[in-house]
Amino acid sequence: MQVPAPFEYERATSVDHAIGLLERLGSTARLIAGGHSLLPMMKLRLANFDYLIDINDLHADLGYIRPGRDEIRIGALTRHRELLESAELATAFPIFAEAERVIADPVVRNRGTLGGSLCQADPSEDLSAVCTTLDASCVIRGPGGTERVVSMEEFHVGPYETAVGDAEMLVEVRLPVRPGGGSAYEKVERRAGDWAVVSAGAAVWLDGGVISDARVGLAAVGPNTTGMPEVSAALRGQEPTESLFERAGAVAAASCDPVTDQRGSADYKRHLAAELTKRALRRAAERARS
Amino acid sequence: MRVTMTVNDVEVTREIEGRLLLVHFLRDTLGLTGTHWGCDTSNCGTCVVWLDGEPVKSCTVLAAMAGGHQVRTVEGLAKGAELDPVQQGFMQCHGLQCGFCTPGMMMTARALLDRNPDPSEAEIREAISGQICRCTGYATIVRSVRWAAVHEANAAAQLTETTESPAVGEIDNAGQPAGSPA
Amino acid sequence: MTTVHERVDTFHDNDQKPVGYGRMLRKEDPRFVRGRGRYVDDVQLPGMLHLAILRSPVAHARIVGIDTSAAEASPGVKAVVTGAMLAELNLAWMPTLSNDVQAVLATDKVRFQGQEVAFVVAEDRYAARDALELIDVEYDILDPVVDARRALEPGAPVIRDDLEGKTDNHCFDWETGDEAATEAVFARADVVVTEDIVYPRVHPAPMETCGAVADFDAVDGRLRLWSTTQAPHAHRTLYAIVAGIPEHKIQVIAPDIGGGFGNKVPIYPGYVCAIVGSIVTGKPVKWMEDRSENLISTGFARDYIMRGEIAATRDGRILAIRTNVLADHGAFNGTAAPVKYPAGFFGVFTGSYDIEAAYCKMTAVYTNKAPGGVAYACSFRITEAVYLVERIVDCLADELGMDPAELRLKNFIQPEQFPYTTKTGWVYDSGDYEPTMRLAMEMAGYAELRREQEEKRARGELMGIGIAFFTEAVGAGPRKNMDILGLGMADGCELRVHPTGKAVVRLSVQSQGQGHETTFAQIVAEEIGIPPADIDVVHGDTDNTPFGLGTYGSRSTPVSGAAAALVARKVRDKARIIASGMLEVSVADLEWSKGAFHVTGDPGKSVTIQDIALRAHGAGDLPEGVEGGLEAQICYNPSNLTYPHGAYICVVDVDPGTAQVTVRRFIAVDDCGTRINPMIIEGQVHGGLTDGVGMALMEMIAFDEDGNCLGASMMDYLIPTALEVPDWETGFTVTPSPHHPIGAKGVGESATVGSPPAIVNAVVDALKPFGVRHADMPLTPSRVWDAMRGHAQPPI
Repeated sequence: MQVPAPFEYERATSVDHAIGLLERLGSTARLIAGGHSLLPMMKLRLANFDYLIDINDLHADLGYIRPGRDEIRIGALTRHRELLESAELATAFPIFAEAERVIADPVVRNRGTLGGSLCQADPSEDLSAVCTTLDASCVIRGPGGTERVVSMEEFHVGPYETAVGDAEMLVEVRLPVRPGGGSAYEKVERRAGDWAVVSAGAAVWLDGGVISDARVGLAAVGPNTTGMPEVSAALRGQEPTESLFERAGAVAAASCDPVTDQRGSADYKRHLAAELTKRALRRAAERARS
Repeated sequence: MRVTMTVNDVEVTREIEGRLLLVHFLRDTLGLTGTHWGCDTSNCGTCVVWLDGEPVKSCTVLAAMAGGHQVRTVEGLAKGAELDPVQQGFMQCHGLQCGFCTPGMMMTARALLDRNPDPSEAEIREAISGQICRCTGYATIVRSVRWAAVHEANAAAQLTETTESPAVGEIDNAGQPAGSPA
Repeated sequence: MTTVHERVDTFHDNDQKPVGYGRMLRKEDPRFVRGRGRYVDDVQLPGMLHLAILRSPVAHARIVGIDTSAAEASPGVKAVVTGAMLAELNLAWMPTLSNDVQAVLATDKVRFQGQEVAFVVAEDRYAARDALELIDVEYDILDPVVDARRALEPGAPVIRDDLEGKTDNHCFDWETGDEAATEAVFARADVVVTEDIVYPRVHPAPMETCGAVADFDAVDGRLRLWSTTQAPHAHRTLYAIVAGIPEHKIQVIAPDIGGGFGNKVPIYPGYVCAIVGSIVTGKPVKWMEDRSENLISTGFARDYIMRGEIAATRDGRILAIRTNVLADHGAFNGTAAPVKYPAGFFGVFTGSYDIEAAYCKMTAVYTNKAPGGVAYACSFRITEAVYLVERIVDCLADELGMDPAELRLKNFIQPEQFPYTTKTGWVYDSGDYEPTMRLAMEMAGYAELRREQEEKRARGELMGIGIAFFTEAVGAGPRKNMDILGLGMADGCELRVHPTGKAVVRLSVQSQGQGHETTFAQIVAEEIGIPPADIDVVHGDTDNTPFGLGTYGSRSTPVSGAAAALVARKVRDKARIIASGMLEVSVADLEWSKGAFHVTGDPGKSVTIQDIALRAHGAGDLPEGVEGGLEAQICYNPSNLTYPHGAYICVVDVDPGTAQVTVRRFIAVDDCGTRINPMIIEGQVHGGLTDGVGMALMEMIAFDEDGNCLGASMMDYLIPTALEVPDWETGFTVTPSPHHPIGAKGVGESATVGSPPAIVNAVVDALKPFGVRHADMPLTPSRVWDAMRGHAQPPI
C-alpha cells in the first residue's frame, strides 16, 4: 500500500493556533481537514510537506450553517454530509443537496469539508461550481485575526491554486440570499463517485415573470470552475423559455474551454456544457416560479 | 509521537510516526486485520471503520487524527459471541464471497441501519456506493442488509410484545424466479 | 410496519441442511463476517521484513546505470537488489506460463511502464517505500511500441532483443478451422457482414492485490511461501525450477484470497523477489503490491483487435464465420493458457450455432505494455470469442432486418446433434439451447419489451434490448491436450473418513471466494451421506493437499468436483465391502441409500457410514483382503471439457441528451448442468454480470502515445458500484454433462463471458435510430455520444 513521506503532525486547538503554526512553518506546512484529496496525493508522493496541521478539532468553531436575512454563512469545516442534510440549505439553495448527492460517496462525505473542497481547487470539483453559481464569497483569515473577503472568481487563481496565502486559512463561505430565486445542479459522470465529465449549476431569480438575474457555474470545462458572465448577460431581462435556455446553453458551450481526456472528448464536453446548462436552468427557473 | 484512542471500547496508547495511516495502525500495530485495504485512493472502501460512530475510509485518515476519538472495526461489531444482525444477514443472504470487502460493507450497513432502520433498496445501494465488491454484484449485499433490517424490526417487536409484529416467515424465494425441473 | 422486499431470500430455505446438493449457508462465512479471514497481508511472522519494488516510470528504455548507495544507507534498509545482482545468481529471468521468459528485475532494458527494476527490503513498509525514492536509475529512453497495429511495421523498435535473433515484434501466429472451405461458403452466401470489433484491454483488479510472504530457512533449506495464488501446486513446481530449491522443500500456501479472476494465476516477479529477499536477508519477507502496481504490472485481460465476418442466407441461415485477430500480448508472453492453445479457447468463436464452415487467423505481437492476456474470468479467451460471435450475429440481424432472438433460435445447434463437433474441432458435450433462450425471453417479457421500445422510439426516447447466447468450454484438461509447462491438467483429491464418521477431503484447487469449503463438502456428502458440516475441506496448501493444476477457467467443479465425487465413490466401494462383513451378506445383496447400506429387501438391517467408519478403524475383523482405515485418493483426468451455456437479455435506457447508459434490467438464464449449491451459483452469476457492466460501460486500461498507463488507480480504472447495476434476474435450466461423474459443468465465468455482448447489443439496439450497427467498449457517455453522431471510434 502506498504511504506518504515522513512529516510532523500538529493538531490545531484554535483557528488562531492553526494560523500561528502556518505563519511559523511557512510553505512546508499544510492544513488537513477531511484529507481525501491531500492524503492520496501525498501517498502518491505528488505532494510532500514537512508538517500537516490537523484542523478537525476546530469543527465546533467552523462547522456550521447559519442562515441570516441576506446571506447564509457556512463554516469552512462543515462536512459534506452536513451540507447534504441541512434543511435550511435545501430550502434556500436546492442546488447544494443536488450537488452533494453526487460528490464522491457517502463515506467520503462523512469526512470531506466545504473548505477542503474549495481549497483543493480542482477544475472538476462540484462545490466550487455550486459556490460560483451562487456568487459566494470566501472569508480568509490571516495572522492577528485579520480577515479579507474575496469573490469566487478571485478565490480560484488557477488549477489547484487559490488566493489563500501560506499563513492564511479559509474560514467561512457566504452565500447571498435574494428573493425570487431557484437553483439546480446537473452532473454527468462516468460512474457514481467519479469526478465530473461536466457539471453545471444554475441559479435563476425571477421578477414579474422575467429573469432579473441568472448565474451558471460549470465544472470540468476549463482551468477552474467558471461563472460564465456571458450566459448571465444572455438571460437577464428575458422570459424564461425553453428556447432561451437552449440559447444560454449554446453561449455556455461557446464560452468554455474543455480538453479531451479519459472522461470524454472536448467536443462531448462542450456539448454537455450546453445540455447541462439548459437542464439546470430549466429546473432552476421552475423552482424560482414556485 | 504518542497517540491514544479507543478501539472497540478499549483504550490503546502507542508510539507512532505522524504519517502512520489509521488502517496500518489497526492492522499492523494492533493486529486487527479484519479491516482491509484495497486501493490507496479512498475509492474502494475495503478499509471502512467507524470514527466516532461514522464510517470513514481508514486508508485516508492518519492514526494521529484518530487520537482522542472512538474507533470501531469489524472485530467490534458482534456483542461477544452474539453476531450483529448485519453479520447474520450477510451469511444468510450470501452477501459475501471472497470476504475482502465484507468488513467495510458491514460497518457501513450497520451505520446505515442505526440511522435508518428500514432502508429501501435504493437507500442501501446509495449507502454502499463508495465501496467496491468484485464478487457479489451487490444484489445479495442489498438483501443481506434488508435481512438485518427485517430481523431487527422483528426482534424489537417481540421485545415490546406488540400484537402486530411483522412476520418474516412468509417470503417467497425470489432468488430463483424460474427454472425448469432438474 | 416493515415491508419486506420481495426478492429477499427465504430465510427458512437458507436453514436447509442438505446432505448433498441444495441451498446451504457457506461454511467459510463465520470467520469472514467476524473479520477473521486470513489473507496474505494478515500474515505476521517474527522478525518479518518488508519489500518494496522500484518500477520503471517509462515504457521503453535502456538501463544505463543504477546507483543504490543512498538507498542502502537509508534508515531501516536491509538489502537493495538490482537485476544485475540477480543475473549473478542466474535469477534475473524466469519462464512464463507460455514458454516465454520474463525479467524478474530488468537487466538490459525496461519494456513496459511499471516493470520491476530493483527492490528494497527494510524493517517496515514505510522505510522500504522511502528507500525507493533514493535509488537513482539512469535511463536511455527508446521509442515505444504502443499500438499493436504498428508493432509489425518495418522499422518498429524491437522490444524483445533479449531473444536471440529477434528482429521484429512478432509473438506467434495461430489458425484454426478450414480456410478454403470457409472461403467457398462465403463466396456463395447471399449476405456477408463484416465488422471491426475491439475487445479493449481490461484488468481483473481483485479487491486484494497480489503479494507474498516468503520464509526461507537456511538451516533446513525449506521455503514457506504464503502467496496470492490460484494455482499453488503449479507455482511450487515453477519455483523449484526457477529458484533451484528442491520441490519437496517448498511449501506454497494460498490462504484466504481476496478475489482472483485470473489475476493470480501467473507467477509475478514480486513473488520471486520476496523469495530472493528472504534468502538474502535470512528473514521472512513480505511483499504486497499497491493498487497502482496491481493495475500497471499484473495480468491484464483481452486486448484483441478482431475483424468478424459472417455469411448467411437471405432468410437468416448462418453459414460461416471467419475472423482475423491481432492479439496484443504486451512485453512478455505471460499468457496463462494450456501451451497447445496459445489463443486459449478462442476457437469456440463459432458460438452456439450449427454452421457449415469457420476459420480464424491470428497474429500476436509484443508491445511495450504489461504482460498477461488470460485473466478476468475469461475461460481462456472465451470472453473474446463469445463477444465476437454475439456481436457479429447482431450485426447480421441488423443487415437482414430480423429480430436478433429469432435469428439465434433459427440457428442453434439442436439437442439431438450433441455431442456436436464444431467446425473448429471442439466437441460440445451436451446442450438444449432453445428452452434456455425461451425461458430468458419469457422472464424478460420479450415481446412486451419490443412493444415498449417501439412506443419510446416514436417519442424520441432511446431504449435498447440486447441478447447474448453463449456456449462456454470449461474444465481443462484432459491432460494429453492441456498442460502448463508440461504439467498436465488433471486434479488429485484425497478423502479420509475418521473413526467417528467425520471426514476430511483434500483438494488441489482452492478458493478465491467461490466457496469451495461448502461446495466440495456438499459433493462428498451427496456421494457418501456424511453431512457437509462433518466434512472438513482442506485446500490451498501444497504440503497438505494432492497435486493439481489450480482454480481458473471455471475448472474447480468440472475437474476437482469430479475428483471429489469419484474419491467419495471409491471410499463408498470400500465401505460396501466392510458393510457386507458387518451385515454378513454378500456385497451384491447390499443397497445404498444416502448414508447407509441395507440388505436388499430388509431395510431394517443396515449399517450407517459412521458405523462402517468405526469398524474400519476398530479392533474387529474386516472382510478378507480389506485393509483397515476408510480413505482413498485419486487423480481425475477429464475426458473432455464441459460446455455450459446461457441466454442473457439486457435492457438499457440511453439519455438522448447526455448519452448516459442505464442498465435497467438484466435477465440471466444459465445452464451449468447439475447444480450443487444454487445460492453459490447465483452469487457467481451476479458477480460476473457486474464484470460485464464494467467492461461494457466503463473499464479499460488505456495508454497514451508514450506508453504511460492511464488506468493506474481506481480513480482512473472504474469498476461498477451498487448504483450502476440493477437487481439481477436469474433463472436456470439443467442439461447435465454426459461425461462428468455428477453432470456438473462449472459456472464461475459464464456471466463474465456472456454479459458484455448482451449489454453492448442493448446499447447498439438503443442507438438504432442513429443508424449505429457497432460501437466498441467501453461505452462511456462520451463514446456513446460519438456513436450517436456517426463517429464511433475504436478505443485504441
